[in-house]
Amino acid sequence: MAVDQNLKIELGKQGVLVTTIQELYNWGRRSSVWPMQFGLACCAIEMIATTMARYDLARFGAEVFRPSPRQADLMIVSGTVTKKMAPQVVRLYNQMAEPRYVIAMGACAISGGPFKQGYNVLKGIDRYIPVDVHIPGCPPRPEALLQAFITLQKKIDGQHLTGPDRPRYLDANAQGEFPVPERGEHDLEPTSNQGVWPVQIQGLRDYGQATAKRLTEN
Amino acid sequence: MKTVEEIKAAIEAAVPGAGVEFVRNPGPAAEHSLRVAPASAVAVATFLRDDADLALDFLSNVSGVDWPDKEIAEKVKVTRTVTKTVDGVEQQMEETVDETRKRIEPGCLEAVYHLYSVAKKHGPLVIRMKTANRSDQVELPSFTPVWRSAEFQEREVFDLYGIIFAGHPDLRRLLMWEGFKDHPMRKDYVEPDDYEYEPTPHDHVLARAQEHKNRDQRTEIRDQGPGVA
Repeated sequence: MAVDQNLKIELGKQGVLVTTIQELYNWGRRSSVWPMQFGLACCAIEMIATTMARYDLARFGAEVFRPSPRQADLMIVSGTVTKKMAPQVVRLYNQMAEPRYVIAMGACAISGGPFKQGYNVLKGIDRYIPVDVHIPGCPPRPEALLQAFITLQKKIDGQHLTGPDRPRYLDANAQGEFPVPERGEHDLEPTSNQGVWPVQIQGLRDYGQATAKRLTEN
Repeated sequence: MKTVEEIKAAIEAAVPGAGVEFVRNPGPAAEHSLRVAPASAVAVATFLRDDADLALDFLSNVSGVDWPDKEIAEKVKVTRTVTKTVDGVEQQMEETVDETRKRIEPGCLEAVYHLYSVAKKHGPLVIRMKTANRSDQVELPSFTPVWRSAEFQEREVFDLYGIIFAGHPDLRRLLMWEGFKDHPMRKDYVEPDDYEYEPTPHDHVLARAQEHKNRDQRTEIRDQGPGVA
């Protein structure tokens, strides 16, 4: 339950701090989001620059990049996700403890980017894991990553601890583990996680096989 | 460095029955090459590396080339005898007719090697090898025992073109995963059709987008953007 804003300010002037558990909880979470230390491609260079003194991601509480998924809260998918690499990225995400967040950084991570028409690049990591913030750019500047990080903090701040819109990890029935795709004979199997990616790929597959048949007959 | 013709003569002198063929490059670069018979290729490669004049000690690049089956249409003049009636009299006449004949030139896979000499500061010499066809007889000798730098590049050519390099110490796929069946750089590779909306489709992408749009309106494919006509 919310405290009246004017009353809160008035009490603050008197030296009394009034807050809710939810605010305190969200403040704590958003102020210590520790990213996982891994990079996939050239976007990782920008991510590294963001953590260094000039841009200093530590100002926002993300000062330590953890080398283990068990200790990390945030996965910054920085760069091209090839189909060969995608299962490992999903597996790392599964190994992270809740609450966990994902920033898809750069054109490749959000859509496949310049390699979208290729045979070996995943058309966006959001086909397999839920992404909280997408950053366009090739690569995005460090300011864009900071902007994405602040956006993520705002998102955390707005979360409710109870009710139907509470985050996944506070819902006992919610899906916590995401299926790791298998490397198939021609493509990843399945080509997307239907739980997080809305496009109906099955229709596309049938169509692809029909097209291949038609091409070989001609 | 010696000219390619001189190198060919040197190879033939050193390796009997080498089966080296001169391949002319008609372009302005005029970078001619030598096609080596796979049976004697390792002997030829060893000679190129160890010969005192050539000393081609550095293998810079291995490339794969896919030559698909090619249909060639030729116009041939055919002479045949026809019976014609001229002024009420039947006559046998010879007539020349143009006839189009089609034949299929079988395709093959090719590996191309660029050789340099660090010791002599010259190069490149381009040598190439052809497989018998592009389906079941795709074996070529590996140059990895001669030049170690061929190892990963031959693995890449095996991965993307499907040329099997006999004598390679560790012939696994390099870029794609184990269990992947296709060879993506071949001309007849059919990629998995997972087209999705692109803001600036062009050329064949535009055609694919149009086909998806025509096919099924029920599937929620994001191909209805303004860029897709």
